[in-house]
Amino acid sequence: MVDARGLSCPEPVILTKKALSKKPSKLEVIVDNRAALENVTRYAKAVGYNVVSSDKGDGSYHLDISK
Amino acid sequence: MAECVRDIRKLTTMVKTGGCAAKLNPIDLHRVLGALAPMPSEHLVEGFEGSDDALVWSVTDDIVAIETVDFFPPMVDDPYTFGQVAAANALSDIYAMGASPAVAMNLLCFPACQDLSAMQDILKGGQDKVFEAGAVIAGGHTISDATPKYGMCVTAFAKKDELWNNAGAKKGDVLVFTKALGTGVMVTAAKGGDADEEHLNLAIKSMITLNKYARDKAHELDVHAATDVTGFGMIGHSLQMAKASGVTFEIEAGKIPLLDGVLDFARFGWLPEGMYHNQEYGKGSVYFNPALKQELQDLMSDPQTSGGLLLAMKEEDAEKFGYPIIGRVVDKTDYAVKFL
Repeated sequence: MVDARGLSCPEPVILTKKALSKKPSKLEVIVDNRAALENVTRYAKAVGYNVVSSDKGDGSYHLDISK
Repeated sequence: MAECVRDIRKLTTMVKTGGCAAKLNPIDLHRVLGALAPMPSEHLVEGFEGSDDALVWSVTDDIVAIETVDFFPPMVDDPYTFGQVAAANALSDIYAMGASPAVAMNLLCFPACQDLSAMQDILKGGQDKVFEAGAVIAGGHTISDATPKYGMCVTAFAKKDELWNNAGAKKGDVLVFTKALGTGVMVTAAKGGDADEEHLNLAIKSMITLNKYARDKAHELDVHAATDVTGFGMIGHSLQMAKASGVTFEIEAGKIPLLDGVLDFARFGWLPEGMYHNQEYGKGSVYFNPALKQELQDLMSDPQTSGGLLLAMKEEDAEKFGYPIIGRVVDKTDYAVKFL
């Protein structure tokens, strides 16, 4: 899991990139701003993963990234 | 006081957001400024109310002073390069008004605990650009601060009737843009390790290029409206110009020159936070052709540091000017700007 709460771009994408470089079949990423949500989604999709995101209502978003 | 970052030679490690991407969200900014009482003056030709690039103050019946200020945290690691970028960016607002800078003052924040040779290099970069602009630096102000920031207040003088503003674009004009877009994305991709030095250098070369050369060439022509594309991106600055002129801009996104590689970097999510603020700012007033790729749409909102001039002029003038034509001015529609 990558917890990128409190981080602004491009940090969440850098952490996601690092985690995905190990080619996991699944990864969960938590972010707390829209730019991070959008950018992590763009990155994961660009490297061939599917992304399902949910707004947790507490200011955070969870991204389920999978092959 | 915040602890010192050891590697001062890597300026960007000391900041969260650099360059014009560090600008405040335009929606918040307009709300704050809108709550302040206007300060009318018989000398003030352009002030807060308009979205022009600099203030204009009448000195005599036909001579005006033009003044602007701009400063930001570093978006590149090398202090000398940062100084050049910050100066080129600060001088740009003068060029966007069609004038030529006369005198500048430095604004510098720098951690006092650090090796001050980096501070000297920043100032040297600024001085070299001001020299290239044909102006002088006549003073400044320095603050010890954990996050470095540099910029300038710049003054110019011009004949009142030779000034450009952003309100004169006319139906039938074409829109010309003088640099490539994508400095915000490139700097973000470099931070993320995806843009290599060669790519980043393309952005640096663009950011340290003075808008003087485009301004000097356009000054021989009949420019109807002008602005420089900086922190609010192509979307925000074209929107301000179209609204001020009471027209609609039809911009062909595919005709705008882009820095090599930025389309891919945008697709990979190397987008500065300011891109999303700018996109939000355009909502309701800006139309995107849904056939345009997401990454190209995103680049229209990429905050630019020391970006190019956006000029409205007759097509025959644009042909003499020689920079790419990226769109047209049409009668006002429901959208002030359309990206086609």
